[in-house]
Amino acid sequence: MSIAATETGSVSAQLAAGMPNEFLTFTLGDEEYGVDILKVQEIRGYDTVTKIPDAPDFIKGVINLRGTIVPVIDMRIKFRLGKVEYNEFTVMIILNVARRVVGMVVDGVSDVMQLTREQIRPAPEFGSAVNSRFITGLGAFDQRMLILVDIERLMSASDMALMDSHSQALQ
Amino acid sequence: MSIDLERFHKSFFEESFEGLDAMEQALLALNISAADAETINTIFRAAHSIKGGAATFGFASVADYTHGVETLLDQMRSGKRQVIKADVDLLLRVVDVLRGLLGAARDGTPFDAAAVTSTQAEIALALAEETPVVVVAIKPAIVAAPTGWLIRFEPKADLFRSGNDPLRIIRGLDALGAMEVEVDTAGLPSFAEADAETSYTSCYLAWTLRLHGDATRGEVEELFSWVEDECRLLIEPLAVAVSINPLVLAETAVSIEPGKPALALMKPAEAANAGSGATARQGDAGSIRVGTEKIDALINLVGELVITQAMLTQRAADLDPVQYEKLLNGLSQLDRNTRLLQEAVMATRMLPMEAVFSRFPRVIRDLATKLNKQVRLVTVGEQTELDKSVIEKITDPLNHLVRNSLDHGLETAADRIAKGKDATGTIRLSAAHQGGNIVITVADDGRGLDRTRILAKAQENGIACSEAMADAEVWQLIFAPGFSTAEQVTDVSGRGVGMDVVKRNIQALGGSVDLASTAGNGTQVIIRLPLTLAILDGMSVAVGDEVYILPLGSVVESLQPLPEQVKRMAGQGTVVRVRNEYLPLMDLREWFGLPGQRRNPHEAIVVIVESEGRKLAMQIDELVGQQQVVIKSLEANYRRVRGVSGATILGDGRVSLIIDVGSIVRLFSQSAAA
Repeated sequence: MSIAATETGSVSAQLAAGMPNEFLTFTLGDEEYGVDILKVQEIRGYDTVTKIPDAPDFIKGVINLRGTIVPVIDMRIKFRLGKVEYNEFTVMIILNVARRVVGMVVDGVSDVMQLTREQIRPAPEFGSAVNSRFITGLGAFDQRMLILVDIERLMSASDMALMDSHSQALQ
Repeated sequence: MSIDLERFHKSFFEESFEGLDAMEQALLALNISAADAETINTIFRAAHSIKGGAATFGFASVADYTHGVETLLDQMRSGKRQVIKADVDLLLRVVDVLRGLLGAARDGTPFDAAAVTSTQAEIALALAEETPVVVVAIKPAIVAAPTGWLIRFEPKADLFRSGNDPLRIIRGLDALGAMEVEVDTAGLPSFAEADAETSYTSCYLAWTLRLHGDATRGEVEELFSWVEDECRLLIEPLAVAVSINPLVLAETAVSIEPGKPALALMKPAEAANAGSGATARQGDAGSIRVGTEKIDALINLVGELVITQAMLTQRAADLDPVQYEKLLNGLSQLDRNTRLLQEAVMATRMLPMEAVFSRFPRVIRDLATKLNKQVRLVTVGEQTELDKSVIEKITDPLNHLVRNSLDHGLETAADRIAKGKDATGTIRLSAAHQGGNIVITVADDGRGLDRTRILAKAQENGIACSEAMADAEVWQLIFAPGFSTAEQVTDVSGRGVGMDVVKRNIQALGGSVDLASTAGNGTQVIIRLPLTLAILDGMSVAVGDEVYILPLGSVVESLQPLPEQVKRMAGQGTVVRVRNEYLPLMDLREWFGLPGQRRNPHEAIVVIVESEGRKLAMQIDELVGQQQVVIKSLEANYRRVRGVSGATILGDGRVSLIIDVGSIVRLFSQSAAA
């Protein structure tokens, strides 16, 4: 997908220029992940969702986000991480990816981090629940390790079942 | 100066298509025996602006084609040519070809070259019939020996303001043959006189051009046609140039010498321009062109507002009316204003039915000629307004119905006279509001539907029917796929694809079709449509915790079946008997894979829905209510879902899915058959 390519391109260009890059970090089970903050529209609590027939179990349904119908994915179910329960602390990150708005339920949102190029290491071939082809690198920060996810590619992937097959063909 | 012309293309095409419509209407209105100058002028102006625009934007195919047409029209306009029916027919065909050419230019698709060449040849022929006489009478010498032209071109200072560019004209001339160009800079103001504001936008130059070759005077004049009023132009044959030259120069001296020429020339020209501008603008005063996407955005926002308002009203229902009197008053005012705002915004998308009806005089004229029938078209309620998207989608079905009426409904003049009717048949198109619907009727005073023939044909085609059927049911048979009663298949209608498509298209718009017919007195097709596609009258039904919306138009009835009404058929699922009809029963909970215990049908509610003539009993838990819902797209952020046509937001802010009854009925009968 060309858009994703150019955008990740600009990220690495920024990194190459030594510019700090900001990531929103969230947890799934014991792992800590980071997504490009520019892809995040907002963070909100988990609402009642309307179930969608014929959808995989990790697609919880759709919500009304100020008049727009937005699908919600539970990443904990998708990657079999964490305890899946819904209470007043359950959070959802609203993402703007591939010209779509998607809600993503995670265990918790930690904070926003700036990483310099030196702090980002190449990703190993294995070691996380999220398939390594969606991982752009590992961020080392104090004693923590951040798994940086290319959220646009992840959400556009066909096994996410978020888009019709013709939009996937764009990839 | 480089301007990106592309961004004007859209308006050019829009205006050209409008021009063609105007041309077509004027042609149809043209009274052959007493053609009035104003109508011919309208036609000419339309052709002229299309040609000019096309040339400016580089659509050579369109410009070239229009040129011949324009010549023909010009002859009519100047009275050199008598308007005859053959010409009008030809021009109508030309309008069609031009539509095709413009469409092709817009979409970059190939056009019907055969039609272009054939009509072009016809025009040439028509011109050849008369023009030689005219031309020879006026300028015999020139046509005989055109060795070239001496052109003196002195644009007025404000030429640029009218959007013209001398360079374009000179390039055009250059394409006609070898040319010598002399620029006359005498008009240029001195630096002292130059005025910062006007000097950059005024044209002070004049040209003397010598064009060699065999270009005709018409071709040369053609290039200047756009600037006729904006310049001083002299075109003389080159052979006599020597004698003309001093004269031209003398004239130049007169116009350019006196004092401050630029300003002096500009004032009256500007005044004249302002005058003509004002009259031209009078026609469309008080209207602006707005992109539909802007209006759609507005409609969406108002939809939101309606939802928020409904939510507030719902929340406020439990408040103590005494304590919160002012708040409640405010809310009821908000309610009223929101409703008015919604109506007003919806009204911006509304177009009068005229937009559809206006094409039928042409359709009927062409067809009546082809079928050799005499027809009168009566239209009623052209001002009835309908949502733009509905208008666009209703045009084809209506077209089909009108053609059907003309072909099958109306008898030939001889038959009509034999039956004691007026030799000229009538087709009546009417549109009117009825409640929240618009009712469009296509009526003819022809022979009416033939009950026996329809039944015979239905049997022949294997469509289920019986002699005992009521008339209304028999008429519905013609909507069955593959049905046609025409004895002969003509290229007008009668291929048997048609009425079923008409019905499907109308149902897709949430509408319905009914037929009424009296033998010997004609047929009426009555179409009912919702006013808009953005809002749907829905019935909300509950299954477990979920609420779904069923389009009210497809709901026949709802009932709680008695245990003995429900029958299991071996391997075929369950059926419900409703008044001697066995309807397949589907459980919405099971279909959508919702959790919860399956109920017995006689403990639940069954809603009978209908689509494309097939009925289905849909089992749900509860009927919640009936409400208008704003349709939202699921696909914007998600994908298509089987059996769901969209979503809406309920008063409490929750999302509710709108059930696509058509696809469920289709899918269910397929799965039952499998």
